[in-house]
Amino acid sequence: MIETPLNAKIKGEAFTQLPQDLYIPPDALEVYLDAFEGPLDLLLYLIRKHNLNILDIPMADLTRQYMVYVDKMHAIKLELAGDYLLMSAMLIEIKSRFLLPKPADVESEQDPRAELVRRLMEYEAIKLAAQKIDEMPKVGEDISVASAYYQQISEVKPPEFSLDDLAEAWRNVLKRASHFTHHKVGKAELSVREHMSLILRRLKADNLLEFSELFDVVQDGIPKLVVCFLAILELAREGLLRITQQAPFSPIYVQLNSHE
Amino acid sequence: MSEHSNIRELKNVLEAALLTSPEPLSLDDMARLFAERMERTTLRMLLDELKQDWDARTMELVQVATGYRFQARAEYSVFLARLNPEKQSKYSRAVMETLAIIAYRQPVTRGDIEEIRGVAVNPNVMRQLLERDWVDVVGQREVPGRPSLYATTKHFLDDLNLRSLADLPPMEEFTRQEIQLDL
Repeated sequence: MIETPLNAKIKGEAFTQLPQDLYIPPDALEVYLDAFEGPLDLLLYLIRKHNLNILDIPMADLTRQYMVYVDKMHAIKLELAGDYLLMSAMLIEIKSRFLLPKPADVESEQDPRAELVRRLMEYEAIKLAAQKIDEMPKVGEDISVASAYYQQISEVKPPEFSLDDLAEAWRNVLKRASHFTHHKVGKAELSVREHMSLILRRLKADNLLEFSELFDVVQDGIPKLVVCFLAILELAREGLLRITQQAPFSPIYVQLNSHE
Repeated sequence: MSEHSNIRELKNVLEAALLTSPEPLSLDDMARLFAERMERTTLRMLLDELKQDWDARTMELVQVATGYRFQARAEYSVFLARLNPEKQSKYSRAVMETLAIIAYRQPVTRGDIEEIRGVAVNPNVMRQLLERDWVDVVGQREVPGRPSLYATTKHFLDDLNLRSLADLPPMEEFTRQEIQLDL
């Protein structure tokens, strides 16, 4: 229910009066349109505050008002004014029905006010419910939700890896190496341990290397490639290397196994 | 920490998760915190204890529509509000009345809302409620034009500190004295 007086000016004069009945001076219509949520709201106000009896409405005044509004329709808020006019028309209809003499045999006719009362009561209930919901504490206004800071971390699962993938990768290295075979058998001293250190050193510098990058298929002959492969297996066995692959047939990565 | 070691530690895990989660945590969410299977009844028991542990403290553990969350006790809101002096603008009566109709009469169409309020629904009003994620469209009524049916969301319940629509003040409280229209 509106309790505060209006604070508006019409033609320079302060206009603070809330309506006493359904007659609204045409100049004040726009003010009332803003102050009330519609004709039901206005009617409810008049009934609750001024004990308006809807059978007690000034029909001549209302009809005149109606005609003035229709004339001014193009200037005022058509939609909202239309709702008020509909309400006025309905009230006039109700009153005219009461003014007409009732034939004795049509006693069962429903009271035309019943539907209006039902709508008014329903609207009033919703209006009060809205005020209640408005007063309830809300998150962001009166409710502060705990939100301690933490760095979002998600559990990382090591990629699946099978021995077959490693063997397949090795075969690929050999296959590529065969393209660069030199007909020269090196007598170079091959040491798996040496290669292990070499690989560790390279990984220290690069942190993460693709499996195939560890093999120089152009320069090294097959014996050296085999030693290199053995060195990788040995390092993995000793837990110094971590070999990972995101998905089958995707690149295999080798990195140092730091702590753990 | 060895998992399932003792109740104190289980409660600590729940507490840490609840205090850091930006959204309320459901029982399913909280069950995922533990590697071993966790019964819902066990979780509820732990949450009950946790709630009591915080009894005399600044935060309280509450259950809302989508789960559990910690929030500052009501008496601190006066102080906390000073951190954000920019007061949020109030929703208009049109917005609140439309929200109330959707909350109490859902699912409703735009036409239902207009019938109760006696005025046309301003599209702006609907937009504000949809943007706040307090209402959404749950279907269409099978009548000509297939108008959208609106309902309130779980987010609306969360924001109002409610577990379900049944926690809203009952509508019967609002019907005041009869309206007498006769002489």
